[in-house]
Amino acid sequence: MLFIIARRLLQAFVVLLLVALVAFTIFRFIGDPVESLLGQEATVADRQALIDRMGLNDPIPVQYLRFVGNAIRGDFGISYRTAEPVSALIAERLPATLELAFVSALFAIALGTLLGIYTAIFRHGFTAHAIMSSSLIGVSLPTFLIGVLLIWLFAVELGWLPSFGRGETVQIGFWSTGFLTASGLKSLILPAITLGLYQMTLIMRLVRAEMLEILRQDFIRFARARGLPERMVYFGHALKNTMVPVITVAGLQLGAIIAFAIITETVFQWPGVGLMFINAVFFVDIPVMSAYLLLVGTVFVVINLIVDLLYLVIDPRLRDGQLKRQTV
Amino acid sequence: MNGERGAWQRFLASDFFYDFKRSPVTLVSFVIVVTLILLAILADLVAPTNPFDPASLNLMNGFTPPMEPNAFTGETFLFGTDDQGRDLLSAIIYGLRVSLFVGLTAVILAMVLGVSLGLLAGYRGGWIDSLIMRIADIQMTFPSILIAVLIFGVARGLLPPDLRDELAISVLIIAIGLSEWVPFARTVRGTTMVEKEKEYVQAARLIGLGSGQIMLRHILPNVLSPVLVIATITLALAIIAEATLSFLGVGAPPTEPSLGTLIRIGQDFLFSGEWWILLFPSVTLLALALSVNLLGDWLRDTLNPRLK
Repeated sequence: MLFIIARRLLQAFVVLLLVALVAFTIFRFIGDPVESLLGQEATVADRQALIDRMGLNDPIPVQYLRFVGNAIRGDFGISYRTAEPVSALIAERLPATLELAFVSALFAIALGTLLGIYTAIFRHGFTAHAIMSSSLIGVSLPTFLIGVLLIWLFAVELGWLPSFGRGETVQIGFWSTGFLTASGLKSLILPAITLGLYQMTLIMRLVRAEMLEILRQDFIRFARARGLPERMVYFGHALKNTMVPVITVAGLQLGAIIAFAIITETVFQWPGVGLMFINAVFFVDIPVMSAYLLLVGTVFVVINLIVDLLYLVIDPRLRDGQLKRQTV
Repeated sequence: MNGERGAWQRFLASDFFYDFKRSPVTLVSFVIVVTLILLAILADLVAPTNPFDPASLNLMNGFTPPMEPNAFTGETFLFGTDDQGRDLLSAIIYGLRVSLFVGLTAVILAMVLGVSLGLLAGYRGGWIDSLIMRIADIQMTFPSILIAVLIFGVARGLLPPDLRDELAISVLIIAIGLSEWVPFARTVRGTTMVEKEKEYVQAARLIGLGSGQIMLRHILPNVLSPVLVIATITLALAIIAEATLSFLGVGAPPTEPSLGTLIRIGQDFLFSGEWWILLFPSVTLLALALSVNLLGDWLRDTLNPRLK
């Protein structure tokens, strides 16, 4: 057990170092850092001073280690475009993305579980069939088109909800939140649905399949034979046993939500890190791209690690042998 | 000639064609995909105007609604016009050409790369196998759209600024191709590991054929049917990925708009009431992606009777 955990931690560490290596390669070798920071008119002395200060003449492994060390301390260099420290840019924009991701995940899990239970219990009903068929269309729609269509319907035609931005935000320390104002909450609705819709259908289908599987089993029949009310059978017995796969899938999808925020944030001009990344790609702002890669890579590796360790906690059969999932 | 007709008749009598005939959804999807591909190939002949020829544009025609004569010039356009007075139908047909071209070439790139690496990993085994599959595992951890955007950004950084728009399409193809090779490699590796133990491969080895020849001439033909299925499904993914990147503004350049670029332009005019600039490109993209997806699903069920 301890050995498995140690090996899994080591694996995660190696992958993180690899992600950092890719980020470092992008940071160091794409474009000319000196020219990007000083412009073409800089004197030779200025250039030499900057090269010395950034340590660009040190051996590459030394530079890599310094890059990793700086990143751990939260120093990702200076943006080529705005000349601000990248860490300040990220700190300013991260709350927007995290709030959006949180609301999307909540929407996906809550509504997905509810609809999944409903379609499993009333699986022959008309409404359940309608939900299942429309979920197929939802899966085939590209994310950006869902966003644009929602804007069209709710912002342009009906005029109910804002179509871009975060609305008014309240600053609490370093964190700017949109949860405390009416316009902030209204601005969250459309982007959160856009971002969470795919995950919602995924969770719904998963809950439905698991529920149907479990409702076939003997202990459900016995529970009914004991005369338990249907509500107890469904929620006390069946639902409880479907939650393990749902939690793991929901956990893994959290990473996907943060990555797909790139698209949603662009559609809604949501001032988060995803929009920052797209702008960085457009303007070839290398330090920002590299920092975003490190950030998202870390999130993914940590989420995968937690999910794998949760498996060990939840399923005792895995403790003796190999890990079931080999996602590195 | 006779032999050809024999093959054609054998095809008409095959289970494959029988299944195809029996599925109305598949027939409709097939007709839609073929029509859209033909439109894209014959764009110069079928499009009413050439949307990239400034001489054919008349600014007075700007914002003409579909099927209504323009207030100034009296001209009528089936799908209306955009702000520049560009015929939307023509823009869509030319955009379709860019979308399909990028999608198809990206899939071919992903397929060649994935199949080669998969064959190599499955046939050689050992450290080559571990290395390739570790890279595949790590790449699978990240969503492919993220990887495609990243590759696009890196390529932009490597290119001098004046070449960025010119080479944007090639960069787009490489970015999407490199982000989709993993499913090919995984499937081919698995099948190759099964196939290489079979007697015909042993026999080929026994008569002294080299590994390259065994992989390409003997194993490859036997792993092709799952590859075909993955290629079709990946084509739908690649078309959507291209549209997404272009919509985000990090894909096709403004000089060669794809369907995604047109949707991006259309979104700008939503608030002023010009809904057709958004609607028609979106419907075209959806019809294309959905039909390719349905064809892929059908192909998977047909070539894999066990799943039925």
